[in-house]
Amino acid sequence: MRPILLQGHERSLTQIKYNVDGDLIFSCSKDHRINVWYSHNGERLGTYDGHNGTIWTVDVDSESRFLVSGSADNMMKLWEVKTGKCLFTWEFPTAIKRVAFSDDDSLIACITEQRMGHQGAVRVFPVNRNGTGTEQTQEPLSMFHPIESKATVLTFGTTSDQIITGHESGKITLYKTKTGDEVVSNKRAHREVVTDIQMSPDRSYFITSSKDKSAKLFEAKTLDELKSYVTETPLNSAAIAPKRPYILLGGGQEAMNVTTTSLRQGKFETRFWHKVFEEEVGRVKGHFGPINTIAVHPAGTSYASGGEDGFIRVHHFDDSYFRARPYGDLEPEED
Amino acid sequence: MASTIPDDEGIDYSDIEAKYRVEAMEGLDNCIVVDGVPIIDESRKDRLLSKVEKEFTRRGCPYPSKKVVLPWDKAEGKSKGFMFIEFNTAEEAERAKAVMDKHPFDAKHRFKINILTELDEYVELDETFKEPEPEVFRPKEHLRAWLTDPAGRDQYITYRGDEVTVFWHGKGSSSEVAQERNNWTDLYVQWSPKGTLLATIHRQGVKLWGGPSFQLVQRFAHPMIKRMDFSPDENYIVTFEKIVIPDNALQGPQYLGKDNEGDYVAVWDVRTGHLKRTFPRSVLLGEDEATSKNLIWPQLKWSPDGKYVARITPGQQISVYSLPDFALVDKKSLKIEGVGKKPRESILAYWTPEIGNQPARATLISFPSRTQLRSKNLFNVSDCKLYWQDSGDFLCVKVDRHTKTKKPSSCNLEIFRMREKDIPVEVVEPKDTVTEFAWEPKGERFILISTNDPNYGTGQVGVQIRTDVSFWQLDRNRNDFRMLKSLSGKTINVIRWSPRGRHVILSTMGSSSKSDLEFWDMDFNVDDFGKKEPTERKEEWGSAMHLLANTEHYGVTDIEWDPSGRYVASSVSVWRHSVENGFVIWDFKGQEQQRHLIDRFKQFAWRPRPATLLTKEQQKQIRKNLKEYSRVFEEKDAAMESNVSAELIQARKRAINEWNAWRARIRQELAQTSKGRKNAKRRDEEQEETVELIDELIEETVTALE
Repeated sequence: MRPILLQGHERSLTQIKYNVDGDLIFSCSKDHRINVWYSHNGERLGTYDGHNGTIWTVDVDSESRFLVSGSADNMMKLWEVKTGKCLFTWEFPTAIKRVAFSDDDSLIACITEQRMGHQGAVRVFPVNRNGTGTEQTQEPLSMFHPIESKATVLTFGTTSDQIITGHESGKITLYKTKTGDEVVSNKRAHREVVTDIQMSPDRSYFITSSKDKSAKLFEAKTLDELKSYVTETPLNSAAIAPKRPYILLGGGQEAMNVTTTSLRQGKFETRFWHKVFEEEVGRVKGHFGPINTIAVHPAGTSYASGGEDGFIRVHHFDDSYFRARPYGDLEPEED
Repeated sequence: MASTIPDDEGIDYSDIEAKYRVEAMEGLDNCIVVDGVPIIDESRKDRLLSKVEKEFTRRGCPYPSKKVVLPWDKAEGKSKGFMFIEFNTAEEAERAKAVMDKHPFDAKHRFKINILTELDEYVELDETFKEPEPEVFRPKEHLRAWLTDPAGRDQYITYRGDEVTVFWHGKGSSSEVAQERNNWTDLYVQWSPKGTLLATIHRQGVKLWGGPSFQLVQRFAHPMIKRMDFSPDENYIVTFEKIVIPDNALQGPQYLGKDNEGDYVAVWDVRTGHLKRTFPRSVLLGEDEATSKNLIWPQLKWSPDGKYVARITPGQQISVYSLPDFALVDKKSLKIEGVGKKPRESILAYWTPEIGNQPARATLISFPSRTQLRSKNLFNVSDCKLYWQDSGDFLCVKVDRHTKTKKPSSCNLEIFRMREKDIPVEVVEPKDTVTEFAWEPKGERFILISTNDPNYGTGQVGVQIRTDVSFWQLDRNRNDFRMLKSLSGKTINVIRWSPRGRHVILSTMGSSSKSDLEFWDMDFNVDDFGKKEPTERKEEWGSAMHLLANTEHYGVTDIEWDPSGRYVASSVSVWRHSVENGFVIWDFKGQEQQRHLIDRFKQFAWRPRPATLLTKEQQKQIRKNLKEYSRVFEEKDAAMESNVSAELIQARKRAINEWNAWRARIRQELAQTSKGRKNAKRRDEEQEETVELIDELIEETVTALE
């Protein structure tokens, strides 16, 4: 595996996204900046400047035309991917922790933080794709407040009329996009805060990671637990690798404890687990801080991990990765 | 007398009489009859009464002294040997009966106590003998059932979080759960020395479990207990914590009583569950019993033959008690101004520090004759430690010396050779301070760890102490101990011999950067395991030693060999290390067998085995025919291994099939609801395009037509 070190951020990474074609990597960081890179050689294409606070989250639409970002400066911005121009800005009373495009590119969902007397909220906005993209509405299509425990991560479900959220208490919930009605909830999904949620390529199941040191696979429609991967370190991110039956997990010692523990103890490695057998198959070292976010190329040919150390490491899988059959003929059917 | 016979006038008063009848026995519930009181004459009456009252009061059953009746045989002029005592309440009488019944008043007299009202029952007792109903026999589980495992597997127990699990340790990485319980213990778990029983420590006391399903065998109430231990023969247990008796405490032979209050150490009989005796705690010289923070453990030392137990009062005496009655032998303690002691085969070894001009002295005496077998004077001693070789062939006294200015300077080892005439003493003088010493079990070798690191003893945290390790063996030809090998510049600080000897693990513990495990074989070029005969060593001295493996287990806090000496477990307990808790099982060659990383892992313990029942000849026979025996076992192992892997493959196949079935169902569902998912569809197609380009193109035209 040939790692490429992307050194363009001055502070820890918060989220990394591949576009649908897999040729671009979008990354955001606590240094108020969004970068876009060529995934094949790690060259930086450009930046999206305008936020004035930690950028917690980005997402890109399927045509690689629009980019949406959420930041601690209480703003959500829509960018033109090609030019780096900010097309539209939504402003909220609190920070935006997570954004997501629906798979038909027609909607944007976002989570706003629960702070300063404001309730945490999930808002869904329609995207006007006609014209330049600067004419967007400030009025959300729907808005609802998750009860009991605040939402930390979200994604659209199998279809764009469903939203799945992960919560601080460890529960996951499926909502109707239009009305905000709770369809189904899995209260015992995790024991601690859910840190990441990523859909499978066909959006029929998804993976969550949690500080309770485990990652789990759930069916998107019923939220039934399919598989569970228990590690010995808190997890910050989990991704599903297409083409091969693996999942990727990243995490490590809490950032605040890093200075008091040795590198040996930190566990700052990307772990590869077998999706079906729930067994660890390998690890990739490299980061010297906890891994905050992992993203896999949509075609499964490479992956990128972003760490608390401010680096992005892009690994292109070798031939041997695709050829190797550690479990002999026992392979699940390809998705 | 109540009468039902109609009187002269023919009126029946029986109903009225019944109504107003006086209960003759009413109010006598608070009286007891004390039998077994000495028969005395007039002159000693007052003394007896006061002695009895004192005795009752001491055990927590005071009574008003006026309310005593001592029946008198006027003709003889002597007492009748029993007395009546009236208590204020019936409860107090009951309590007195519970506490004082069978109380030994003096050497010849033992109280027998009955409540006065009960006596009626005895008087009216039916004299004809009725055969008692035989109690239904309830079979108990065999406590040593685990030894009958057909595969001869060992067991081990793990304690993590609130979960306690007993496993069967299979070959390779296969371990089977034998028993699993949540909240089985409050503090920790402990096997008995021969593995028969499992002790769990609770806030209320100790519980012992045994048998294949781990049923409750016995329990001992010692509130807030901190430590416990078994006697080597498993007949007794020792519990430790300050004994506080609340007023409403339960009474009985299996409970601590008022007269035990204030003591710390309690000894219990495992079979009956009864309290045998309590002791105050032993503390270091100059410390107060109530305030001492240092727990000396063990508090009692047992002789290997199970006849005696010794207890030390530092600076004063050693008290030896005989079993099973826990009476002080010859009713006197050994008055010695000493510190250390250790009984073994009824030979007691102890040492006394220098006092004034009197030199320090290590002494061996035999017991119970109290004859001195050997003693040796030592000078400039700051501390001594006694190390018995486990079969009692040698005793090593490690003497820490100091210079005239009381600075610790050197260390030497005085080795007593117990099996030889007059017990000769050999002196080994390593140059540096010896920090660790260990005899090979049943062997003639020992390992010592020494250091000349200036940081040693300064108590600095996080400083790595450099140590040297040396291996010594008794040279039969020269008749002295010679160094086999020495390793310098190490950080090793722990020695763990295999229980069968020959193999040893050297490890670095408690360090933040190093966690070495070195697996050594002391007889690498000897094929026949366990042969102890003085074979003619043609090879060079010390050349038989071989480092089998040098590995690492990060943060290791405990190392324990299994009873067979084939496997060894190293564990990282959350009690002493905060991260990477769990355990690893290695074979004696240092090859990793299984590794478990377990959050909040606390304790690992192999189940010990009792000593073998085979005679020396039988063992020799087995060793001779080892090849034949091992063939059978190897076949079994191979069969099991293929079994295990077959099972694993089956399980994986099942997982794959389940997954594929689920995927098929989901794909169908997705196809049905694909409307409104144009984009997703397009994405899927794009991805598959590379693989099956032609198929996808056709499908795309179809959708376009629709």
